[in-house]
Amino acid sequence: MTAATVDRETSGARGDQPPVPDGAITITVKIMRFNPEVDSEPRWESFGVPALPTDRVLNLLHYVKWYLDGTLTFRRSCAHGICGSDAMQINGVNRLACKVLVKDLMSGGGKHTTITVAPIKGLPVHKDLLVDMEPFMEAFRAVKPFLITYGNEPTRERIQSAADRERFDDTTKCILCACCTTSCPVFWNEGSYFGPAAIVNAHRFIFDSRDEGSQERLDILNDAEGVWRCRTTFNCTDACPRGIQVTKAIQEVKRALLFRR
Amino acid sequence: MTLALDKPRAPRRPAARRGNFELVSWVFMRVSGLALIVLVLGHLFIMNILDGGVHRINFAFVAGRWSSPFWQVWDLLMLWLAELHGANGLRTVINDYARKDGTRFWLKIMLYVSVVLILFLGTYVIFTFDATIPTTH
Repeated sequence: MTAATVDRETSGARGDQPPVPDGAITITVKIMRFNPEVDSEPRWESFGVPALPTDRVLNLLHYVKWYLDGTLTFRRSCAHGICGSDAMQINGVNRLACKVLVKDLMSGGGKHTTITVAPIKGLPVHKDLLVDMEPFMEAFRAVKPFLITYGNEPTRERIQSAADRERFDDTTKCILCACCTTSCPVFWNEGSYFGPAAIVNAHRFIFDSRDEGSQERLDILNDAEGVWRCRTTFNCTDACPRGIQVTKAIQEVKRALLFRR
Repeated sequence: MTLALDKPRAPRRPAARRGNFELVSWVFMRVSGLALIVLVLGHLFIMNILDGGVHRINFAFVAGRWSSPFWQVWDLLMLWLAELHGANGLRTVINDYARKDGTRFWLKIMLYVSVVLILFLGTYVIFTFDATIPTTH
């Protein structure tokens, strides 16, 4: 038994390749691999994968992991764009692998299709597509993303008008996938810029009429590493798989800082 | 009857207010940018388009303009706003791109030294310009 077979068996490979479905075409999936025990640098590795136009990129990664190379490492959980686990750079842009269809990445004119997949940038890579989310979560925790109130608890639920709820509706959609933060050129730098996702989640509470911690959060974001490092490049808005107007939320926080009394 | 305590709130905790340089510089960039649109476009128009444009510029032309406090103030404002606007922009570029603390520190020192030199020299010339210096023709 060779080392490769041991790897395949211990890494969750699922045995022989299944029959290729009708209408499938072979496309090349080029993945940035990194094994910290072997590689000193990340390297590209290509796999030929039979794919249907209706497949998602996540299906291609599953195919590689299950039938071609069981050592491929990536995160995914719900596989339906809710949990935010499988954020990665697909053809150079940050996307959820479970929300990108192969048909949208096909090269036209019957040319061979190559899809590149790399880990999201700006976070330390543990292995292959698996990154350390801790710096991201640290920034998230720093903005106090929870309801803050003072005084006694009300005896009934905290009522809110529909208009007040609408004020921060957009930023409630965040699933913490890190697509926005890791598309931000300022975050790529080794500073400690909070990043778009943390600001989005601060926005969600700053503009909540029931919350009383806005001033604390605004003070945190008024810091040198806060909202003022945003250069409005709109990468975050383009990257967000939930369609949150991230840059707009950041600008609203800036405006709140400017005009607060 | 139960007591309806709808919003029994303690007064909001006063937040710690800090003067913030990043906020001030962010506002400065917007305000100076707007002012510079007028100042620089006006300057370019006068220097390059009006009355034969660049060909009429000589010592006498400059002397004529700087004899008026209006143009002195115009040029002084343009000098300070453009220099500080550009320097602040470069400062953020250095902050974003310099990877090592040492590099960042020395690039900024160079930047600030150049700002001080240029502002001093420009201001000095505008205020001490002497139109009576004999010119060689």
